[in-house]
Amino acid sequence: MAAGQEVTPQSYIQHHLGNLTYGKLPAGYERDCHGHAETVQADVWTFACNGTEAKDMGFNAFHVDSLAWSGGLGILFCLIFWMAARRATAGVPGGFLNFIETIIDFIDTQVRDSFHGKSKMIAPLSLTIFVWVFLMNTMDLIPVDVIPKTFELIMVNFFGWDAHAAYFKVVPTTDPNITLGMSFTVMLLIIGFTIKAKGVGGFIGTLALHPFQANNPVVKCLLIPVNLLLETIGLLAKPVSLGLRLFGNMYAGEFVFILLAAMMGTWQVIGAWPWAVFHILVITLQAFIFMVLTIVYLSMAVEDH
Amino acid sequence: MNINMTIIGQAIWFALFVFFCMKFVWPPIIGALTERKQKIAEGLSAADRAERDLVLAQEKATSNLKEAKEKAAEIIDQANRRGNQILEDAKEAARAEGDRLVAQAQAEIEREVNGAREKLRAEVATLALTGAEKVLEGEVNRDAHGKMLDQLAAQL
Repeated sequence: MAAGQEVTPQSYIQHHLGNLTYGKLPAGYERDCHGHAETVQADVWTFACNGTEAKDMGFNAFHVDSLAWSGGLGILFCLIFWMAARRATAGVPGGFLNFIETIIDFIDTQVRDSFHGKSKMIAPLSLTIFVWVFLMNTMDLIPVDVIPKTFELIMVNFFGWDAHAAYFKVVPTTDPNITLGMSFTVMLLIIGFTIKAKGVGGFIGTLALHPFQANNPVVKCLLIPVNLLLETIGLLAKPVSLGLRLFGNMYAGEFVFILLAAMMGTWQVIGAWPWAVFHILVITLQAFIFMVLTIVYLSMAVEDH
Repeated sequence: MNINMTIIGQAIWFALFVFFCMKFVWPPIIGALTERKQKIAEGLSAADRAERDLVLAQEKATSNLKEAKEKAAEIIDQANRRGNQILEDAKEAARAEGDRLVAQAQAEIEREVNGAREKLRAEVATLALTGAEKVLEGEVNRDAHGKMLDQLAAQL
């Protein structure tokens, strides 16, 4: 926080809930960055210096912190498992390989139990979701200030940023963009799997001819709009609930950590410990639920009703 | 809490990682796992087979042993029988030989006895004649009484 400005619990919490946003400000936008007021002459891509700006950037913006952490953790996941894959042998596995194989075997069992179609993609997809979401959730266990404060110090001292502008959220899954980005990809996969299994006509059929069915062609036609409405809502509800469930759980968990940090300062290391222990459960469970629901949705997509 | 292009960025990350996992991570590891499972199954079935083979071999060994024992007993039996027979044959041969020798000896003895008797007879005749000559001194005609004396000698 900048010198001279008082840190209230509200500002502390708000700062922790803001993303480092890089986006487009339209021409004529009036910026008000902590005392430096200026009007943007032409469209400009820049880092938002406060929450209002981030909001005004609208859709043309990226949460750099979320994307960097999610990408970094995803690359970490790929590297770890790639190393294991290169060492994989039918002989006696070592300790590291054994651990990786346990995860793979666990995922494989889940997929075999829940997914009854045939797909080369579903198992690696489940593995990616489980481990990647788990890693992203795990960032929650790092004391809330450690990484953001480090980032702030670097940006203020080396790049001359205003401390207030140095937003930094470390847990990607507390960003609804991240969770919805994944869940809507899953929705695209659901549509893709349905079309692959039943054809385009079959896909439209699942939307238009269920849940209300009739043998009389006229009644059938009358029921189509109702079915279409219901099934489209149903189709959209899947990714929304999938993404928001993960987001909600992680956001709530992170919020408790932030509150504890705001109340206790450095003592949070001790104070937040019980919550962290409990949170380990939530972290694993949410990663698992996201994976299992994905498998179930995709299994429903390829199965006949 | 703004929804923005991050959502697309995350979808791209997601697609990339899933693709990587599908291409370079999952197949080798699951391949190794499947291969190991197969190896273990093969090992177990080989062990089963070996156990079965062992039982079979033991059975075979037992039956071989039994057969050998039977054969040996048979051979011993045969040998005993053969020995007995040889013994019997030898006894038989010895007895026959002995009989033969005895018969030969008896024939020899008889012949010698006969020979001696002939000689004795001849000598007795001569002796009697001589004696009678001495007693009678000419009264006896050698030619007249020779026949009677021969008869006398034949009676001995």
